[in-house]
Amino acid sequence: MPTFPASTMIVGGVFLLCAATTVAGALIAALTARIIRSVCGLMICCLGLAGLYYFLHSPFLALMEILIYVGAVCVTIIFAVMLAEPEESVQDDKRASAVLWGGFAFLICAAIFWGLWQLGAHHDWTAPATRVNDGSVEAIGKSLLTTYSLAFELISLALLVAIVGALAIARTGRSKP
Amino acid sequence: MTPVPLFDRPVIYFTVAALLLAIGVFGLLRRRTLIGMLISGELIFSGASLNLMAFNRFKAPDPAVGQIFVLFIMGLAAAEIAIALSIILAVYRNYRSVKTRELTELKG
Repeated sequence: MPTFPASTMIVGGVFLLCAATTVAGALIAALTARIIRSVCGLMICCLGLAGLYYFLHSPFLALMEILIYVGAVCVTIIFAVMLAEPEESVQDDKRASAVLWGGFAFLICAAIFWGLWQLGAHHDWTAPATRVNDGSVEAIGKSLLTTYSLAFELISLALLVAIVGALAIARTGRSKP
Repeated sequence: MTPVPLFDRPVIYFTVAALLLAIGVFGLLRRRTLIGMLISGELIFSGASLNLMAFNRFKAPDPAVGQIFVLFIMGLAAAEIAIALSIILAVYRNYRSVKTRELTELKG
């Protein structure tokens, strides 16, 4: 079977690009001062995450990630940014207490990352002996309509309640015309 | 025997997921507006989803379960965003601000 030259290198490079995009987008989302840039960082992070899902043999979830997160969640957040103008002032970063709490938060997060990384890297997770299906879209659809049909219906109910609740909450406090 | 390619090593996915969780917690502690905290919460959701998908791909006997679980996480995240943003808009209408420092009723 003829293969494209250096295809292994190219695939590895694309994978590293996806992982780097995810981490860089998350850093942009957490560290920039302006909220609109933070939303764009979340978009970049979700694009990289979709690539990682593709490498995890799940193109269905990669599509869903782009559709739901980039297409719906980020756009909704941008609407809220335009309506509520949430600008953080830069002067607050300069004060001693802000620097102190920032360092404290960094220490906590470094400890979380270090602990999880140690667990993931050095624990001997056992691999399964057999797979019951291939994890394709067909298998997902069969599982959704048989084993997980109740959860599937409940998630649609939860989304309906969320929509009605969001409308009800956003309506209160508005002055009558 | 060829070496295991980079994208078939679970430790890389675990590392990225742990980084997402750590960055999300950092943003949650550091952000001073409600919308910024919401975005950091989404990063934590993403870290959890990636971790579940990595375990689903490499360690689970039924590869469909993890994908369905992550799909449900995405649905719940969308519902949570809708509710949280409407609450944020209601808060903004009452206080004219979404900065966490200014959302106080009592003096002192």
